[in-house]
Amino acid sequence: MPFIANTVEQQKQMLADIGLKKEDLFADIPKELIAHSFNVPKGLSEQQVRNHLAELAGKNSIDLTCFLGGGFYDHFIPAAVYSIISRSEFYTAYTPYQPELSQGTLQAIYEYQSAICRLTDMEAANASLYDGGTAMYEAMMMALRITRRNKVIIDDGVNPIYRVMIHSYTSNLNIRLEQTENTSGLCDRRQIVEKIDNDTAAIIVQNPNFFGCIDDFTDIAEAAHEKGALLIVSCYPISLGILKTPGAMGADIVTGEGQSLGMPMSFGGPYLGYMATRMKHVRKMPGRIVGQTKDRLGRRAFVLTLQAREQHIRRDKATSNICSNEALCALTALVYLSLLGKEGLKETAQLCADKASYAYQRLTAIPGVEPHFKAKWFFNEFVLDLPREAADVIAKLIEKGFAAGFPLSRYYKGMDNSILISVTEKRTKQEIGMLAEALESVL
Amino acid sequence: MKLIFEKSVTGRRAVGTSPKDVPTTINIQKKLLRRRPAELPQLSELDIVRHFTELSRRNFGVDTNFYPLGSCTMKYNPKVTERIASYPGFTHLHPLLPQLRMGGMLTQGALQVIYETDLLLREITGMAGFTMQPMAGAHGELTGIMIAAAYHRDKGNKKTTVLIPDSGHGTNPASAAIAGYKVTSIPTDKNGVMDIEILKKSLNDEVAGLMLTCPNTLGLFNPHIKQICDLIHRVDGLAYYDGANLNAIVGKARPGDFGFDIVHLNLHKTFATPHGGGGPGAGPVGVTEKLLDFLPVSVVVKRSDGTYALEYDRPKSIGYIAPFYGNFLVILKAYVYILMLGKQGLERVAENAVLNANYIKEKLKDYYELPFDGICKHECVFSASKQLQENDIHAFDIAKALIDKGFHPPTVYFPTIVKESMMIEPTETESKETLDAFIDAMIEIAETAKKDPAKLKEAPITTPVSRPDETAAAKDLNIACL
Amino acid sequence: MVKEGLLYTKEHEWVKVEGGTATMGITDYAQEQLGEVTFVELPEIDKDVEPNDEVSVVESSKAASDVYSPVAGKVSEVNTALESNPELINEDCYGKGWICKLEMTDTRALDSLMKSKDYEEYLKEL
Repeated sequence: MPFIANTVEQQKQMLADIGLKKEDLFADIPKELIAHSFNVPKGLSEQQVRNHLAELAGKNSIDLTCFLGGGFYDHFIPAAVYSIISRSEFYTAYTPYQPELSQGTLQAIYEYQSAICRLTDMEAANASLYDGGTAMYEAMMMALRITRRNKVIIDDGVNPIYRVMIHSYTSNLNIRLEQTENTSGLCDRRQIVEKIDNDTAAIIVQNPNFFGCIDDFTDIAEAAHEKGALLIVSCYPISLGILKTPGAMGADIVTGEGQSLGMPMSFGGPYLGYMATRMKHVRKMPGRIVGQTKDRLGRRAFVLTLQAREQHIRRDKATSNICSNEALCALTALVYLSLLGKEGLKETAQLCADKASYAYQRLTAIPGVEPHFKAKWFFNEFVLDLPREAADVIAKLIEKGFAAGFPLSRYYKGMDNSILISVTEKRTKQEIGMLAEALESVL
Repeated sequence: MKLIFEKSVTGRRAVGTSPKDVPTTINIQKKLLRRRPAELPQLSELDIVRHFTELSRRNFGVDTNFYPLGSCTMKYNPKVTERIASYPGFTHLHPLLPQLRMGGMLTQGALQVIYETDLLLREITGMAGFTMQPMAGAHGELTGIMIAAAYHRDKGNKKTTVLIPDSGHGTNPASAAIAGYKVTSIPTDKNGVMDIEILKKSLNDEVAGLMLTCPNTLGLFNPHIKQICDLIHRVDGLAYYDGANLNAIVGKARPGDFGFDIVHLNLHKTFATPHGGGGPGAGPVGVTEKLLDFLPVSVVVKRSDGTYALEYDRPKSIGYIAPFYGNFLVILKAYVYILMLGKQGLERVAENAVLNANYIKEKLKDYYELPFDGICKHECVFSASKQLQENDIHAFDIAKALIDKGFHPPTVYFPTIVKESMMIEPTETESKETLDAFIDAMIEIAETAKKDPAKLKEAPITTPVSRPDETAAAKDLNIACL
Repeated sequence: MVKEGLLYTKEHEWVKVEGGTATMGITDYAQEQLGEVTFVELPEIDKDVEPNDEVSVVESSKAASDVYSPVAGKVSEVNTALESNPELINEDCYGKGWICKLEMTDTRALDSLMKSKDYEEYLKEL
């Protein structure tokens, strides 16, 4: 029997040893509730299952040159990342409830928390949330708890997938969500400031935003704080290799998607939601937190701390219901950030920006292709307007071997001809050139 | 051991960056840039590999030794699932691909995995349809309650409360509260199951539903389970099954047959995907026919021509719970596991899980107090109250002593309704020799508790740290090295 | 240990009534159950409370206990010493470990509180 250690003989022996018959084991389940059979196919051997899955993997197209972004990116992952996170002491362990047996996980999470704070210029981070969208939702709930107010302002430049998620999560709750338009590529300050009032708990913005545009939210932070509201910034971590940090802008809570820190694109997950805040809000922050302390012999030791806020103690008064999170992904992010290091992350970010700028120049040189936004500065993504429907152009480019970009019409009205194109350090000059040629030929 | 930051040497590098082959260098406006680069470690690749290797040696996983954490189902994680989940054909897929026109054809293999896993889980649980989006069990609970809320809204029902037994896992009331419901706690009766008389008294038109795990967290199967679901239905409430304990009945009975309307599963428990030190997991949610309309979008469907596609046009859907289709690589591992078990293997899982738990229960009941005797399911709950009374030895001390014997302790202090509780879940992947060694260790500890209790207070002595001060950690908060 | 001259609630809060002012805290039983207190969330000054409204949360490393107001009133003073020394609740729960003072607006709720002898009896049954 696959994965069951005891032989039939041993099972019989054990039953006899404790004076039970096989039928006794499930005698407590009413007979009418025992299933007659399960219509599940016969078990496959390891060889068979590997063949079957290789076949399924082969039905997925992975040789398209990827210029798709939208919050999830094709970055280069050093081989050492996989080696380290494949150590079974890390991945077959569970939540560190027994600290003496989990100093590996606990110290790694503490280091991860520290790395996130250093990256974002914040003071406290948690051990992870599921992804950037649920992290944004949790940040919003945290702001509602801290301010005891009811209204949240979200800019249109925030990832539309996350905005749909937030609407989904709050439909049964008494929360007022208000959206501000973003037509220039940057947040509309006038609209935002007009909407901030004494019932506003938080303003949610993103940097770089979904369109790839870079902004500085210091003025919005000030406007928020004047009225007692909080600023939540969702931030693409690789961009923090060079961009101004949300901490320096005055953000109160920072969240984001950590996939770009060493995780493959993975068709939807697992991903990594990160969250950081100021020390004064730490008790209202959801998720697990690892703290440093000393053991009974005075040695440095790490433990889960502030657990009194969590579900296993507070139950219905908990800061969140989160239990299992994305610990192995947090470890992945820590390893990736360590391998790239202080200089490496900066260089990678600069490369992304340089290559995106080159792609922008090559593509806007094509007749009929125009930049959509007036905003001058973008990081590694930009929006171009094509002379006809973007979704159709993208389909044609797939045939030519490119995942050229994302059609914004999917989530934004009136942007049928707009395409969001992303460039990472993995894209070569040659690939960019070939994309330009292919696009020109398709138009 | 030093922190990775404390080992940094200025100027040291590990990985070189990708080559710069483009002529442009973009100089973004200074005010938009950070003043100084982030203070990340500066180490060589060997330094980093050694650091994490040392950390891993301070960790304990299922691959290390017996890990009987009750409620967590720490069964063996098959290596073939890790191998398959690293195939570039699965890892190298951008999640937005199938949302492009013609893009669905680029991801047929991945969509087929999600679709077939849905079908397999339906058959295993007796539910009509699954969403694979929830990224953990608690996330599944929240999703399930949101589906219930959408159902009630659609019918115009005014529901305010969710009923939860006092033995329930903390995520149950937390999820209900987050979804906007009040929680009424139903006590456990003297037989160790939810008190059905008090349940009857708590039923009224405001009850949106009941959240239950069966067997419960004491490892006991409630014989009235069908009646309980019927009672909830009478007030048009929905019965929610917390699938954390599915390993007790998987391949033997179906929650759908008991009358449950909503079920969540923990793929990182019952379906052998690795726990990762605290995730990533996956918590797919299955529902009955009447709730299918409310499932989150997108849903993977199979078209008449045999191809797979994403369906978004579901007007009553609760929307997006995850950014995409769920933790795909975790779903993939569970899919592989179920394919390998097959019908026969599946039908043996619960049998052996239950046998192993009862074996431990019988062998230890003369040494530790057993609050509820009788057949248990996949886990058994003991109490250290005898040791506490006689020798001032707590469940905590017993756990620490077990560490010195090379085992991971069972869950302690949960469920909270048993004083000094120790919840032991061996799972079916453990051998008789391992169980015997664990039993011997527990018996030895019981003896030591009588003869030399002071020794247990010092445990563990074989680990790099011992009894860290959790109070100091909360008072003098140090949660980052900045 | 139960102190004379105070009134008690079933949730293990104590109240000292002096004229129109009620001082409150948690009892010896409560602080023992919690273990070493690591943090106390204090209410805002001028907050209006009804009987059974939450006024404070007392946290230890293993639990968090909600503290409810036994009476109706307005928070007039909070024990800021607890911010840097939360363990005062363990050391002197009836004295230096007081949590807050309320200017009572309605004293009727006092009638349903237990006197020290009744609270002692109540503790024996737990």
